[in-house]
Amino acid sequence: MATAMVEAAIFQGLSWNPLADLRELFAYPFMVNALEAGTIVAVMGGVIGWFMVLRRQTFAGHTLSVIAFPGAAAASLAGLPLAVGYFGFCGLGALALAGIAGSRRSLSAESAAIGSLQALALALGFLFVSLYHGVLNGLDSLLFGTFLGITGRQVTVLLAVAAAAVALVAIAARPLFFASVDGDVARARGVPVRALGFGFLLVLGLSVAETSQITGALLVFALLVTPAATAHQLTPRPGLGIALSVTLALAVTWLGLALAYFSIYPVGFYVTSLSFGLYLLVRVSRALASRRRTTGRLALEAA
Amino acid sequence: MFAHEFMRHALIAGSFVGLACGLVGYFVVLRAQVFAGDALSHVAFTGALAAAVLGLNILAGLFAATILGGIIMGILGDKARADDVTIGSLFAWTLGLGVLFLTIFTTQDSAGNGTAGVRVLFGSIFGLSTTDVRNAVVLAVLAGALLLAIARPLLFASLDTAVAAAQGVPVRALGLVFLALLGLVSAQATQAVGALLLLGLLAAPAGAAHRLTTRPYLGLALSALFSVGSIWIGLTLSYVFPTLPPSSMIIAAAVGVYVLALATTAARDPSAFWLRQANGNVA
Repeated sequence: MATAMVEAAIFQGLSWNPLADLRELFAYPFMVNALEAGTIVAVMGGVIGWFMVLRRQTFAGHTLSVIAFPGAAAASLAGLPLAVGYFGFCGLGALALAGIAGSRRSLSAESAAIGSLQALALALGFLFVSLYHGVLNGLDSLLFGTFLGITGRQVTVLLAVAAAAVALVAIAARPLFFASVDGDVARARGVPVRALGFGFLLVLGLSVAETSQITGALLVFALLVTPAATAHQLTPRPGLGIALSVTLALAVTWLGLALAYFSIYPVGFYVTSLSFGLYLLVRVSRALASRRRTTGRLALEAA
Repeated sequence: MFAHEFMRHALIAGSFVGLACGLVGYFVVLRAQVFAGDALSHVAFTGALAAAVLGLNILAGLFAATILGGIIMGILGDKARADDVTIGSLFAWTLGLGVLFLTIFTTQDSAGNGTAGVRVLFGSIFGLSTTDVRNAVVLAVLAGALLLAIARPLLFASLDTAVAAAQGVPVRALGLVFLALLGLVSAQATQAVGALLLLGLLAAPAGAAHRLTTRPYLGLALSALFSVGSIWIGLTLSYVFPTLPPSSMIIAAAVGVYVLALATTAARDPSAFWLRQANGNVA
């Protein structure tokens, strides 16, 4: 961390003292708000993302985060508050996705259905935007977010939403884990698998919708997928995996925010690059380790 | 309607893009890789912006990025069949890179602000030049021919990977070639009609074809037919009602065909449909 800071400082020609730079990070309220918001989103993304990756619902998760866009566009067209559009559309989307997943057709039919749903959502969003005229400027910020313009009130809203989402997942954690790992056995044991699946998608959709309003859909998606995928590569144990996923998400968010502060490039770039780099590193080292094991076994067999 | 040059261009380019998307889409759905198409359309966005920042040919950037993206997904995935999580991670990083290039681009050239991004995302089928149309036609024919050339072994490899591999079919190489081909079609479709259309044209017509028949070559033909048909319907609707954007109308038509296919298969054999639903609840 310290070396990265020093590098960042060289970038700006600030100082050679990492402690002074660290102090400067907390000097401005907007930076404190961004760090708080980033921490909240990272914890939420780490926990919910771990289950999303376990359930192989990355495509569904991305579709849900896209559905927020037509929701917002429809609400501004109808003159309703934005939140109504966000929550209404995300609820409907979760319902549709749960129906697709629940009908237990083949993997290919599910993939086609989710893709069609997402394309329809985007098409509707674009239709609403062009009927409404000229909110296209908001599109970039809706997609990519403005992490550095967060107010104190928004941090409170984020905290409430994230706490509710994490609490819901924590309450249902054991049956959800059971249902995700082996749906058939769980159903036979009386676990309400379909209801859990729908509930999980609803929580995922609503939390993504609310947080992407504030930080942009990109960052939420990045924090949902990559740290969780890395954690799944490292350990199959649920408790340790979730802790690892949260830790990684926190680390990349803080480091990304700090790097973005000392350079002119956006937060999203740093956070996604850091987490993807970690993921690649773990993948490559695992592949190398398994190759070494295989060659070792072959050598033993030969001898 | 045919008197306007922009309309003729849109119809010709749209038909060929639709043809390529329909054919490739059939295999995309068969191999359950719609998410890869979704990711590649965003890779195209990043590639185009990167080329714009570096001052290179935007078209070259687009194609290089999507074909490279397809190959990376193939390499990282198991058995060259990129999985959900790998695609998701690569996808998030691509978006991050896209933001970076967008920032550099907008700070570099304050005149060409965010509208460039919107154009790439949603396309402008009514604004195609003669060169654009020629490129679209040539690439669509090329991609279609390449796909049909590998159709038989690809079909075998997609339906039963283990048996195909045992029979000596190069499963991994085929998967990589297919993803690279998907990258090519993504770049072409993004350039002509926008990333939004790409996903809809990959998923919906092919999904409908898969519902209606299990015979592969009939399915391929149906998928291409539905895809081209949706483009014509969408363009006509958008011409008749100028306030409606063409890309939205094309997707609406494609999804309409898909829903119709779901409904007719459900109506043709209602007992099987409800049985499956019930099985979903119980089994």
